[in-house]
This record gives sequence, C-alpha cells and structure tokens, in this order.
Amino acid sequence: MTAPFSWIRPEPWGVHIVPADVWIDPGRAVDRALVTHGHADHARGGHGETIATPETLAIMELRYRTGARDETGEIPSKAVPCSYGETIRLSGGVDATFIPAGHVLGSAQILLEHAGERVVITGDYKRRPDPTCAPFEVTPCDVFITEATFGLPVFIHPPIADEMAKLTGALEQEPDGSVLVGAYALGKAQRVIAELRAIGHAQPIYLHGAMEKMCRLYEEHGVDLGDLRLVSDHTKDDMRGHIIVAPPSAMNTTWSRRLPNTVTAMASGWMRVRGRARQRGVELPLIISDHADWNELTQTIEDVNPHETWITHGREEALLRWCELGQRKARALALVGREEEDD
Amino acid sequence: MIRFAALLDTLVYTASRNRKLALIAEYLRETPDPDRGYAMAALTGELDFPAVKSTTIRNLMKDRVDPVLWTLSRDFVGDTAETASLLWPGPQQPTGEEPSVAQVVDMLTAMNRNTAPQELPKLLDRLDPNGRFALIKLATGGMRIGVSARLAKTAFAQAFDVSVEDVEEYWHALDAPYPELFAWGADGADPPDVSNRPLFRPFMLAHPLEETEVDLADYAAEWKWDGIRVQLVRVAGETRLYSRSGDDISATFPELLEVLPMDAVLDGELLVRGSSQGGEAGGAASFNALQQRLGRKTVSKKMLAEAPAFVRLYDAMIIEGDDVRERPWSERREALEALMPRLPESHFDISAIVEARDFAHLAQIREGARDDAIEGLMLKRRDSPYIAGRKVGYWYKWKRDPLLIDCVMMYAQRGSGRRSSFYSDYTFGCWDGDPDEGAELLPVGKAYSGFTDAELKKLDKLVRQTTLNRFGPVREVERTLVFEVAFDSVHTSKRHKSGLAMRFPRIHRIRWDKPVHEADRIETLRSLIRD
Repeated sequence: MTAPFSWIRPEPWGVHIVPADVWIDPGRAVDRALVTHGHADHARGGHGETIATPETLAIMELRYRTGARDETGEIPSKAVPCSYGETIRLSGGVDATFIPAGHVLGSAQILLEHAGERVVITGDYKRRPDPTCAPFEVTPCDVFITEATFGLPVFIHPPIADEMAKLTGALEQEPDGSVLVGAYALGKAQRVIAELRAIGHAQPIYLHGAMEKMCRLYEEHGVDLGDLRLVSDHTKDDMRGHIIVAPPSAMNTTWSRRLPNTVTAMASGWMRVRGRARQRGVELPLIISDHADWNELTQTIEDVNPHETWITHGREEALLRWCELGQRKARALALVGREEEDD
Repeated sequence: MIRFAALLDTLVYTASRNRKLALIAEYLRETPDPDRGYAMAALTGELDFPAVKSTTIRNLMKDRVDPVLWTLSRDFVGDTAETASLLWPGPQQPTGEEPSVAQVVDMLTAMNRNTAPQELPKLLDRLDPNGRFALIKLATGGMRIGVSARLAKTAFAQAFDVSVEDVEEYWHALDAPYPELFAWGADGADPPDVSNRPLFRPFMLAHPLEETEVDLADYAAEWKWDGIRVQLVRVAGETRLYSRSGDDISATFPELLEVLPMDAVLDGELLVRGSSQGGEAGGAASFNALQQRLGRKTVSKKMLAEAPAFVRLYDAMIIEGDDVRERPWSERREALEALMPRLPESHFDISAIVEARDFAHLAQIREGARDDAIEGLMLKRRDSPYIAGRKVGYWYKWKRDPLLIDCVMMYAQRGSGRRSSFYSDYTFGCWDGDPDEGAELLPVGKAYSGFTDAELKKLDKLVRQTTLNRFGPVREVERTLVFEVAFDSVHTSKRHKSGLAMRFPRIHRIRWDKPVHEADRIETLRSLIRD
C-alpha cells in the first residue's frame, strides 16, 4: 500500500495530482491545469487544457484569450468548464469537484477524491459575505490545503460597514475634490462598488480604463454595479465630489494628475498595518480584504477539522504555530510566485 | 483620548508638512487644558513614565499571547506599540468611561514597576485599537509618527499666531501641561517670565553650502570641529550645559559647571583634549574620544583625568545680562574675543577664524581638512544676527568630501515604520586579505540610507532571492553585491570584529556592475584612521 496522500505532491510551482498528471494553479504552462480562480498568481495562460468554473474561464479568456481561436482557426488552449457542485472525473481514478470559495467571482475550492482519501485545496478564500460571489462552503476532508495570506493574529478585518462609512465620510469632507480608491482590478474593485451600491450610494463612480472590461464581465454575470463612467471621458469638474476607482499601480502615476484634488484611499487587508499604508502613500486606509483574516483562517480549520492541514502561501509560520498549539497536524508548502500584494 | 488617538492616526497617514501643521493646530485650538498641553508634551517627547517601558508592554503581551505568535507579529508590523494595540486580547467594545489624556497621564504617573502590570491592562481595556496605540505610544515615548518636536512647536505658533522662536524659548522654561504657555498663546496673557532661570535658547543652525560660492568680504570662515555642539548657560550663578536638541547634559560634564566666571549664554563645540583634530595646534581629540564620555549619568575621576572636556567657543548669545543676539556676527565675535581673557584656558578657547585670500584659496584650505581630521568649514555672514533655526543665507556648513570605500553586502535587516516590510538596513564588509587566496569578509559597518525608493525595492528583492540564513528580522545573503559606501571618518573600535568603526556610513552608489572580489580590503580602511 502506498503512503497516505502520496498521490498529491506539492512542488514549488504548483500542486501536482500524480495519477491524473494534472496541476492545480501551476505557475508555468502545463498540459492540464485545474484553476481555482482568475487572479494572475493562480491563473496563467498557455496551458493545453484548463479546467475551471465558467466564471473563472470567462475571466481567463478576457485576460489570456484562453479558449479563443488563433489566426489559423485552431483553439490552442482548451477550456473545460466545471460549475460549482459538479464533479469531473480525471484520469487515474481522481475525481475533482468545484466548491465556492467566496474570494472573487467564480473562485472555487477544489475537492479531490482518490483511493478513499479526500483533499480540499482552497485557493484563496474568505468567509465574509460578498455581494459579488458565492459564499465559502465548509467541506469535510482528510487533508485541507489552505492559503495563509493574512496568517498573523494582527490581521483582523473589521466589518465592511465600518470601512464603507470611512469612505463615504471622507467623500463628504471633499465636496470639491474626490476620493481615489486603489483596488485590485479583479474582485476588490467590483466588491467595493457593489458594497457602495448596497448602502445606497447611487452617484456615478468613475473608473480607470483598466477596470472597465472586468466590471462589464461582472455585470454580465449578474452583479449590478450601477452608474459607472470612465475617467478618460470626463473632465476634472465632472468628477468633483465623486469616488474614482483605479488599480493600485496607477495611483501615484501621471494618470492621477487628471483627477480633481484627491484623497488617496486603498482597499486592502494590508491597510491594517500603519507602516504598509505609509509605504504606499495612502491617506485613507480601508481594511477590505478578499482573503480570510486570522480568525477566519483558524475558524475554518476548526470547522473543516481535517486530519492534516497543509499551508500553501502567506505567513505560514504563524498558522503552523497555531496548529501546533492546538495539537493539529500541519505542514508548510513552499510555493513560489504567489504575490502577497494582490490583496 | 479618542480625539488624541484620532489626531495621531491622521498624522500617521499625512505626508504633507502643511497638512500636519494644520491638523495639530486645529487640535490645539479645539481641545481644552490640560489635555492639549499633555498632547503637546507627548508629541515633543517630553513625557516620561519610568514604570512603563517597551519591555513592560512586551511582558504584558507575552503573558496573554503565545510568545511565538507575538514575535512573528511584532516582526511583521515593525512597531511594538502597534502590534500590542492590535493583539491586545481585551473586550470587543471598550469597557468603562473613555479616559481623558490628562487622566491617562495621571494614572501612568501614579504607576510603579509593581503596579503597572495590573493597572495598565485596565486602562487598555477602556480603549479601542486606535486608543490603545495612542496610549502605548504616549506611555513609552518615541512616537515615531513623523512629527518632530520642532513641527509641534511650529503648529502651536500657527494655532495661536505667535512667533515660533518665542515658543521655543518659553518652552524650555515650562513643564507639561504648560498652562502659562497656553494662557499666553491662546488667551493673550503676559508671556512666561524666563529671565531668571538657566534656560536653553534655540541654536542658530547652518545650511549646507552645496554649489553656492560666497564672497569672503561678506562671510567669515571657521573650522567645523568634530565634537558636539553645546550651549553653556549661567544665570544667577547657576551653570547648565545643553546639547543641540536642548537636552540638559550637565551631569555628564561636571568639570564645566564651576568654571564660567560670569553669567552668560555661550555657543560652542564640546571637545576632549588631544591632538588628532588640526594637530597639536588644534588641541582636540577625535570624536571617538569624546564618544567615550557621552551618555553617562555619572563620570569617574579616571575618566575626567584621561579625557578632560573643554568648550571651543563659536558665538555669544548673552553676556552678563546683555542679550547680543540682535547684533551682527562681527560685533558678537568682538565681544566674545574681549571675553576670552576672563575665561580659564583650561576649559575654554575660541574657534579661530580661517584666513583666506579668496573663495578659491579657502577651497584649497578645505582640501587639507581631511589630514587634519576636521569635519570641514563653517561660513558665517559677518552681518548676521543670531537667529534660532536655519535661516537661508546667513550660515553655511561646508563639509569636506566624504571618504569612499567599496564594501560587500553581507546581511540585511528589515526596517521599521514605513519600511517595515523591506530589507532596508545593510551590513557590509571588507576583505581581510586577498579574496582570490581565500580571504574572508569582515563586517565593517551598517547603513540604511543613500538609496532611492526604487533602489530599495530592487535591493529588497535581491535580499529575498539570495538569502542564505535567517536570524529573526536579519537575513544573511550571498556575497554578490558591492556598495560604494561614503563615510565621514573611521576609528578604531573594540566593539567590532574588524576593529574598526565608521562614522556616518551611507550608501553612496550601488555597484550592480562590480564583482565582489574587487571590493576593498580591511587594510585600506585601516589606513584612513586619524585617531
């Protein structure tokens, strides 16, 4: 008999399911990949076959034209959709099931079953309600492979209502200026906009051009984002007293010179730490994250209650320590290329 | 306390100096006494609570949080107060009444080392994370929120439309919460009476000369001696010695407290007798010798005999009740020269004027400053009054060019505050022989400045990619990168394995191109010692 879980092997560039020769979120092009969600550090272009939720495939198509025909009419990269709750049979007797992870639109945990053993790999996830995606579902398993982006007890994300109040409060103080919110273009931006709509903020919201297509994609998938306009179509005066959303990379560039006097805000879990906010020149830190905070990470391990916890990326040392204190079996996997700055 | 915590929080995120001034000024106008006075004391670092130190906080936390999780968190956040404020396992909602700043100060003052571990938690429970951050910062001192004491005083001046020089001068006569200062500033009362106390007066400071050339008809030149700038004050027979920042360092240099024979306020350089600065005629030892005497609360007789201190006078502010600060430098200089025969030579001399034909000749003289182990030259406009702070055009400092040496990066440490996630402090070394014949690198110094933010990112990336070993916040890296390090001087030191210590080392250039075996050797550095 082979050793338990030897069929699933963590390598620096991804998790390898040996009997099926399939990789999960591989950091380089492979023949067959299972992709948990559309963020660039998990979803890369160029795989022979990509198996993911229809939403994630749509996001990847937008970004990498996965599934599109090339100039010769061939489809170089095949896209295989697998909806939430659906199970797909891989070769070598491995079953894979996609389960909502609550991270961004289309994000999934993947349950792998083989030889009577159950392994769940979370990808990125959170437990808080999010109007733009399906909520995380606790799935019992033997091995739970979790992220740990915010795996330190200092990271407690406050209720989002508090952060929204900070944002609208700052806007009221700047009737002639604007609030520029730095938010990751996939997920965070749409969530911030949807949360603003949910508290009755019906005014137009201005977008950096790089956000437009992804917002449209969210709307096509049933997420109503209200009146969105492009910064490039408007004058400074149009934008006075309004919220502007841009990717963090655009915030301190010449692009921002076309905006009326701005208060610089950033929506990110890292904003919990003052030094992080100061590094980026943020004046209004908004602690809004699409990742699980410390309490969510530890609560989830308790809820799932696996035999073993494997920790993929982030601040794995502290989560390992927490497992050790609770006499839970755990190990850290050193995956490379996972970018902490995404959130 | 909530209002004060909100002020600190906003200041942390505000980069603009004007905006910071406006925020503090607004707080000072809107907050009643005595809270605003204590807030000023906290911002200027004037509060001290002996029972509450950073270790008190750490111990409180280690009793409540797993030590490993505490250390990992502290390491990531880069600030003990902030980490503790975030990890404090108190109630979700603050309990009890919100304390005022004055109440907090009273309670902290009443604590001793035995009661603090019981009393401090009760206070922390009454606050939310922002309040706890403010409380811990206030209790342990060292705000490090990007507000200098000078900025806080400027904000006071701005809040009440008074002159910042006056604020500075009265400031040192008063104690927190400064009721007289607020009565004068905010309510138009008479200024506080400071005439009869041996107080610190703010120093006049110099700008770097950089590309400017001056006409020696308008400017006089002096050596810039390498000691510490001091102010010797005698009022009503009582003498005090103050450092540049206004700290009272009288106890460290008792030999200077009985030797000034008249009431006066004098400005000069504190030095130790020796011959390394300017040779025998210079009469002063290197900064290294003076350093042995700094920071001591008591001084042994042996120390006094081996390293006697004296003051090399630059200027006079008050002589026997006559405030000469408004008069031109040339007149003050004459008054100081006239005073010299009455001062004991054992403890005083005057900083000589450097005579030069013209600016070019002066530049030539400055070139020689290296061999004389002097920091450089000062240029003072002959008609300049003595004005607190840095007034453009009056005084210039013209430091000699720094020394340069090529070193190899060996270790990197994470910074704190704004740099808490970056490896920004670098330890570098020189070869102890021929690197091609198996020589090793010995650490010779550490620097954390002299590079741009873009270079910092690149350095941080290199450190992460070439890590050999981790020791807490420190990483040992592969020897791949050469720094051209600039420094002011180098001295012998028993503290370092290399036996050398550099003064003011900073990264001058990053030599991405240079192979490490071409970096300099220890003996090259040693040859630059002028002790």
